[in-house]
Amino acid sequence: MADALVYLYAVTDADHPEPAVDAGVDGAPVRRLVAGGLAAFVSSVDPVRFSEEALRRSLEDLQWLETTARAHHAVVDAVARGGPVAPVRFATVYLDDDRVRDLLAERGAAFAAALDRVRGRVEWGVKGFAVPSAAPAEPDAAPGAGPGASYLARRLAERNRAAKGQEEALAAAEAVHRELAAAAAASRRYPAQDPRLTGRREEMVLNAAYLVADDGPLRRVVEQHADGPVQLELTGPWAPYSFATLEEQ
Amino acid sequence: MTLATQQAPGHDIALVDLLDRLLAGGVVITGEITISLADVDLVHVSLRALISSVSTLVEP
Repeated sequence: MADALVYLYAVTDADHPEPAVDAGVDGAPVRRLVAGGLAAFVSSVDPVRFSEEALRRSLEDLQWLETTARAHHAVVDAVARGGPVAPVRFATVYLDDDRVRDLLAERGAAFAAALDRVRGRVEWGVKGFAVPSAAPAEPDAAPGAGPGASYLARRLAERNRAAKGQEEALAAAEAVHRELAAAAAASRRYPAQDPRLTGRREEMVLNAAYLVADDGPLRRVVEQHADGPVQLELTGPWAPYSFATLEEQ
Repeated sequence: MTLATQQAPGHDIALVDLLDRLLAGGVVITGEITISLADVDLVHVSLRALISSVSTLVEP
């Protein structure tokens, strides 16, 4: 049988505390590799199930995706509780431990810079949904208009109202984002989630992540907009998934 | 069925929120030393799977 592959979750300072997590992806124990003043948290994984070809297939399998994503997150989350962490993109797999150590040595300065950016900070997510506009006022039919014309006028008014509502919600979401970003060290926008996945009828008009040392100012912005045209939802704290990036060397 | 459950601290995290971060966030390592899915659009592939699964579940 081929040797195990090495699944990489995250990179931290070398002296990072031991994460409190029983197992990682595929039920594998989590280990630490150290090189160049950094630590990498990894698991040995099955060389067949985690081959490139198998991963490509598995990514389309919802059950595998959910189980593996949650296991990956459990490790990153546990590691993040101990200090600054640079989470690595989902499904990053190495051929062996030495290649992970090579990575730490070769990209050490970039990882150290990434860890410094998130040190003492956490990520919060904010999602905004357009609040459905209030019941329409009955549009006045043009004097002398027949029933067909007033029907059309009503439909047109309805459509205009919906378009205007969406425009207003999007503009309000932009304004909220600017306020949230001003209360954060960094921010990142994500595409709106598909309504089939959110399970909500309201349109998502904001999907963003904010990196903060203190979530107080962020919460205050959310509270200030409680009665606004965009319904805001806060998620977190998250490990800084959205903000761990390596500068190009 | 919906994949989006409300998140209580430390409890259920909506899969869709988690996937935003896992598939589009995190450090991307390119080069010869990794088994690379770097050329795979993880978000596209996985969300297609998710949406088709959800549609299957929702439709009679």
